[in-house]
Amino acid sequence: MIKSVRITAAHTFWIKVTLHLVALSLLLFTYYQAFSDQLGADPVKAILHFSGIGAFNLLLLSLLISPLAKYLRQGQLVTLRRPIGLYAFVYAICHFSSYLLFELQLEWSLLLSEILKRPYISVGFIALLILSILAATSTKPIQRRMGRTWQKTHNWVYVASLLVALHYIWSVKSELIQPIIYALVLLALLVARRTKFLKPIQSRFNKRTKTQQSKKKLA
Amino acid sequence: MLIRTPKPSEIKENQVTDESVYQNRRQLLKSMGFLGASALMVSPHAKAVNWFGGDENKTFETTPLEFSQPQVYHSEDLLTPEQKIISHNNFYEFGSGKSDPLAQSQSFKVDPWSLKIDGLVEKSLTLDYDDLYKSFELQERIYRLRCVEAWSMVVPWIGFSLAALIKKAKPLSSAKYVVFETLYDPDQMPGQKNRFTGGGIDYPYVEGLRIDEAMHPLALMSVGLYGKTLPPQNGAPIRLVVPWKYGFKSIKSVVRIRLTDKKPQTTWEKLAASEYGFYANVNPQVDHPRWTQASERRITSGGLFTRNRIETQMFNGYPEAASMYADMDLRKFY
Repeated sequence: MIKSVRITAAHTFWIKVTLHLVALSLLLFTYYQAFSDQLGADPVKAILHFSGIGAFNLLLLSLLISPLAKYLRQGQLVTLRRPIGLYAFVYAICHFSSYLLFELQLEWSLLLSEILKRPYISVGFIALLILSILAATSTKPIQRRMGRTWQKTHNWVYVASLLVALHYIWSVKSELIQPIIYALVLLALLVARRTKFLKPIQSRFNKRTKTQQSKKKLA
Repeated sequence: MLIRTPKPSEIKENQVTDESVYQNRRQLLKSMGFLGASALMVSPHAKAVNWFGGDENKTFETTPLEFSQPQVYHSEDLLTPEQKIISHNNFYEFGSGKSDPLAQSQSFKVDPWSLKIDGLVEKSLTLDYDDLYKSFELQERIYRLRCVEAWSMVVPWIGFSLAALIKKAKPLSSAKYVVFETLYDPDQMPGQKNRFTGGGIDYPYVEGLRIDEAMHPLALMSVGLYGKTLPPQNGAPIRLVVPWKYGFKSIKSVVRIRLTDKKPQTTWEKLAASEYGFYANVNPQVDHPRWTQASERRITSGGLFTRNRIETQMFNGYPEAASMYADMDLRKFY
């Protein structure tokens, strides 16, 4: 039944258009509300939560694409990974710059000491650095030039997403249930890729046992 | 009776139209078109109310109070707008989000109420709803409120001194601590019914003070703000306000005050003793393990560009509290 519907480039084009419209207009509209003091009593906190959760949602969505494409046998879906991933990065940058501009209000020394002293901010910052590298290397020409290292580099998204989950869990006072649900969703998305993670370990293990066997034979 | 009940013949404040508004009524009507549309666009708020099953049309009714305004409790600080004070609350009994308490508490019943003062006292007392307003002289006191999350407000509270209340019950000399308890009523407080809504803390909420802290003239039992009785999200009908301590010490909707000789374990201390101590005095030199307490953001009117980060003051700028901790290591007793 699923096979009868083929997702084509035209379909993904319109999905991308919708993605741009939703992600961008939501971002602009929420910032407009925050600037004009219509986003609750503390617009700074509100915008930090909005951009942070938004980035995590988009990151999880980008991680959902590959397993979904495989399961539905719709290879074309994979082209959605890049724009979704880039929007995750955009939201993350908004999250960080809102923290610097509106929460710390450009107290650079405080920014530095908070990044160094507070584990939950440290891991969030490292995740942002990883996402920045991935965003910077996301264009087609760079991908081609990097060859096989590109995939290796972009596998760091798994590390980044784990750090983001930790950042969220560590940031709350006692309301752990929601961050734990997010962590579980992430875990499920990683489990869906277990063969990918296990392959290098297995092949190394296989190699070692093979060489051992051949050594034995020689002996 | 200190609650001012307006005569039916009296004109109500909201029936008086400001002259400038009246002169500009055509302009106003025109802008309504735009306002009407933008009100629809700002619907995330209205929706948030509906998601949690609250009734957005019903707002808890507060009543004007009569009170004195002693000069000592006046403040030069810019007041936080009333709308922000009543819409940005940490009251996990009504949900752990900042706007949840407003959305979820509007049908909260405060009358009848019963506040019991017992334990190591000569004369246990029970104050009912009317007693809260007529047993003591009500004063307006403008206090800074510093949340442990590093934001702050300036609130014109109305209330009476906690010391006066405790004195009335005649404390025994063996009483060393005062324990406070919030109402436990899961039918009215969704956070007590559901761990997800309630932010994972144990109920009823318990707070405590050392007896000398409780008898300090700054410690206030508040029954109102901005000239009216408290709305539920701010701790109606009666709450504690201890301005030199972090906000979580200022327990809301209190039903019991018990004097004891043992140091009580308070709600946040029980949850994370390394982060929230019994004393919880505002102290810019002792950071929360996960964030700095050296500065804070003062919530006033204005959007994202408001430059509102200010330095946090020792004891939240109430040096008169300092003598109580003169020979204590405040890094150890945070």
